[in-house]
Amino acid sequence: MHVIVGVDCREQTMYTLSRAVDRARETGDDLTVAVYTTDDRAVEECVERVRDYLAERDFDASLTRIRADNPAPDLVELAERTSSDRLMITGGEQSPLGKIELDGVVEYVLLNAKTTVTLVR
Amino acid sequence: MTREYPDEPTGGFPTPPRTATDREGRTIDIARIAEGDRDTLVEMYLEFDPADRAQGIPPTSEESIRDWLESICTDDCLNVAAWHRDHLVGHATLVADGEGAYELAIFVLQAYQGSGIGTALLRTVLGVAREAGVERVWLTVERWNTPAVRLYEKVGFERVGGESFEVEMAIRLH
Repeated sequence: MHVIVGVDCREQTMYTLSRAVDRARETGDDLTVAVYTTDDRAVEECVERVRDYLAERDFDASLTRIRADNPAPDLVELAERTSSDRLMITGGEQSPLGKIELDGVVEYVLLNAKTTVTLVR
Repeated sequence: MTREYPDEPTGGFPTPPRTATDREGRTIDIARIAEGDRDTLVEMYLEFDPADRAQGIPPTSEESIRDWLESICTDDCLNVAAWHRDHLVGHATLVADGEGAYELAIFVLQAYQGSGIGTALLRTVLGVAREAGVERVWLTVERWNTPAVRLYEKVGFERVGGESFEVEMAIRLH
């Protein structure tokens, strides 16, 4: 199976990446890490951080950069173009009251992806 | 997170304790809730229909309800409850967001919904907040929950953002 995991280096997305690596280790899935952010410099910083993390885990994964004001359409397009089986993204944050708030990236991906989507909390 | 607020403050909210008659003719007492009423609150949330949960709250098991109530009210919160005789039927809470504003949530038991209790609770908790000097209050509501959006608009909230599943609404009190 080919799995794409979206990472923008916020703590929650790094957790999603760790889950994706755990899972790929068990199943032997191919993993592509799609690094997204709206800022070019931040993309490179995040790519470095992901590289370091993968090296630390001694795990091989492809890395791809998504540079866009709105990364969601590119994530969906990448999943389609590479015939991925699954797209893993991070599922929102909690408000001070404990309400789960899903951001625009999550909504777009859930509504538009033709692949299975895993929302990691 | 930067959030926008209406320029003009809204006022004219009542303060507790007060008594209202709902559309079913029931006498409803609205008052601030004391720390000792925690168990009563837990009981109300255990009665709450899971179908009426919003964005993951309230939780469903007693343990997670207790944890949740504990976690939202660590430092700075304001609570108002609605009673029908000695049955707690509604709860409105304001929790400091760490950025000088407060997040609002309101819950009314199913059998008491649609009878004006939510509006009375909402107006009263805003009265408490205004009296306490709170300047800005915000909330999120699921986009398809039109009755809730209308209720919030009726008391003075304005939509300030939220292009995804939730609509963000805010009100200025001072």
